Amino acid sequence: MAARRAAGPAMAVGLSALAFALLDASGQAFWQGLVINLLIFIILTVSLNLTSGFTGVFSLGQIGFMALGAYASAILTLPLREKAAFLPDLPSWLAGVHLDWSVGPLPVGFLVATLIAGGLVSVIAWPVGRVLMRLSGHFVAVATLGFLVIVRVILFNADGFTRGSRTFSNVTQYTNLWWAGLWALVVVYVVWRIKRSTYGREMLAQREDRVAAQAIGIRVMEPRLLAFVVGAFFAGVAGSLYAHFITSFSPTVFYFDLTFRVITMLVVGGMGSVSGSIVGAVAIVALGEALRRVEDATLLYGLSSIVLAAMFLVVITVRRGGLLGEREIPLDRLFLRRDRTADQSP
Amino acid sequence: MIEYVVQQVVNALAAGSLYALMAVGLAMVFGILRLINFAHGDLMMIAAYVAAFGLGAGLALELTIPLMVGGTVLVGLLMERVAYRPIRGAPDVATLLSSFAVGQILQNGTLLTTRLAGQPTLIAFPAPAGLGGVAAVGPITVPLVNIVSFVAGIVLLGMLTVFVTRTNLGLSMRAAAEDLSAAQLMGIKVNRVVATAFAIGSALAATAGLLFAVQAGQINPYIGFTPVLKAFIAAVIGGFGSIAGAVLGGYILGALEVFVTAVAGIGDILPPGSVSPEVRAFLQQWLPSALASYRDAIVFLFLILVLLVRPQGILGQRDRGDSL
Repeated sequence: MAARRAAGPAMAVGLSALAFALLDASGQAFWQGLVINLLIFIILTVSLNLTSGFTGVFSLGQIGFMALGAYASAILTLPLREKAAFLPDLPSWLAGVHLDWSVGPLPVGFLVATLIAGGLVSVIAWPVGRVLMRLSGHFVAVATLGFLVIVRVILFNADGFTRGSRTFSNVTQYTNLWWAGLWALVVVYVVWRIKRSTYGREMLAQREDRVAAQAIGIRVMEPRLLAFVVGAFFAGVAGSLYAHFITSFSPTVFYFDLTFRVITMLVVGGMGSVSGSIVGAVAIVALGEALRRVEDATLLYGLSSIVLAAMFLVVITVRRGGLLGEREIPLDRLFLRRDRTADQSP
Repeated sequence: MIEYVVQQVVNALAAGSLYALMAVGLAMVFGILRLINFAHGDLMMIAAYVAAFGLGAGLALELTIPLMVGGTVLVGLLMERVAYRPIRGAPDVATLLSSFAVGQILQNGTLLTTRLAGQPTLIAFPAPAGLGGVAAVGPITVPLVNIVSFVAGIVLLGMLTVFVTRTNLGLSMRAAAEDLSAAQLMGIKVNRVVATAFAIGSALAATAGLLFAVQAGQINPYIGFTPVLKAFIAAVIGGFGSIAGAVLGGYILGALEVFVTAVAGIGDILPPGSVSPEVRAFLQQWLPSALASYRDAIVFLFLILVLLVRPQGILGQRDRGDSL
């Protein structure tokens, strides 16, 4: 039974791995880049779903955590010569750090830098969440938006660490299909497990009716905080992957447009559904890419954002739950015998 | 020293008026619909573009202003009718997110229009005669637009007060803000009240947009974002949903911002001999001029503090379910 349940997801992972191997071998740099981009968006959307979709406490600060993760990991892996040239004011304990060790072909240093970035971001997220998760509704949305603005102001002004408004460049391109795919798999698995755990059920319960949930002894603060901190960790990971994929970036990237893009993916896919987030990310990345080509051909820049925003409005008005609502794509029932599934469904 | 203080006070009042004008529009809509309209800042941006277009085409300021206000009100009403009315009563977060989408449409629509008109993204704002220049009283010089901002803010907010306390429509609006469904049961036409709130908010945002554009000297499609965040902070500080609170919050925020900018680097500005070297060194260490660039971060920290200590704001009433 358990093996049959695992068969569906295992097949999906196997097919993706096969597709990655083919894409990797094909050498089509454009499509590889697009898929890596998509995988980073999947990580962001699934982690935002955990933070906001499950708990109903809408956070607009996710991209702030991503930015912190990007800068933290990039500083750690920047080669020493570049570090001395670009970041001369770095404190001495950081200036000598260069995480470039690798075991065989595996860049362990990059993995360690990503984990440190995620950990650092979680450490920041804990007190922030502790303070902000007391709020509800739109107030938490605006307070977390405040967090995003604060992060941006700090990144622009902390010249010694970030080069301020100038581009942070020469980051080694470690992120490839396999790293992004592996992290996406980890994020999806962890968030899916959280959804099925006691914490996950508490998150959903307090989202539906906080007072009723509290009245029957369901905790509110702990699940919200867990969602916030774990979501921040993965946002930091996404930041690290992004930094080592794009290799040069500045604080302007990590702001409202990116935040809104991820929110669109979340809402279109369905808040509360892990597979919905994946579907939403795929749909919006594909649509965005198609619209970008239309823009390039017609020179009507701004068109893609208008279409995506209009689509977002239509989804919110007509189908507020998004494509999947809270349901999941039933991959785990794919290989169950038909009579059993027939018995289970009413 | 005294000139410096007077100049800063005028700056604070001018900034406060702009924030108050913006915050009132947010607060009126929020009071009635519980909708935080983030696209409110983009109304300001639209107004600045209409004004730039009018002034650029050689229209007089007296003709540009009605055109600008009319255009902005039209966009505001359209936004309410098309985007917000169909989702009235939806959960808070859904309406908030829709307003982001509306903002994206307005920003990128403006971007697209300027591109089609063959203009660059960042355009210089033609300073209208009568708003540019500085006013000098003795040794004190203040940009004229700051004085105009302050006066315009006071006059418009005074007119608004008369409207909401002395007219039937104003009373209906306050009733709807008190309890929307009860007001509806008493025969108040809610759609009309909501449309009025959007129209007034748009007109005030248009005024703020013109003054902001004159101060900044240049405009782009994204200028509305930071002001609407500030206006939101102002409205929260004062007490969200309360018009008087929004005005109060606007002036508090203006004062806070100007204060942060003014005390940053104060150790370097103070005339020699006025303070002992120890005090000067202390000020230079703890209030460096770099502090000014952290102004927005400080303002948001203040917002978070207010939300935690007194989420209902200074004049607001506590709302069920806003905080644990």
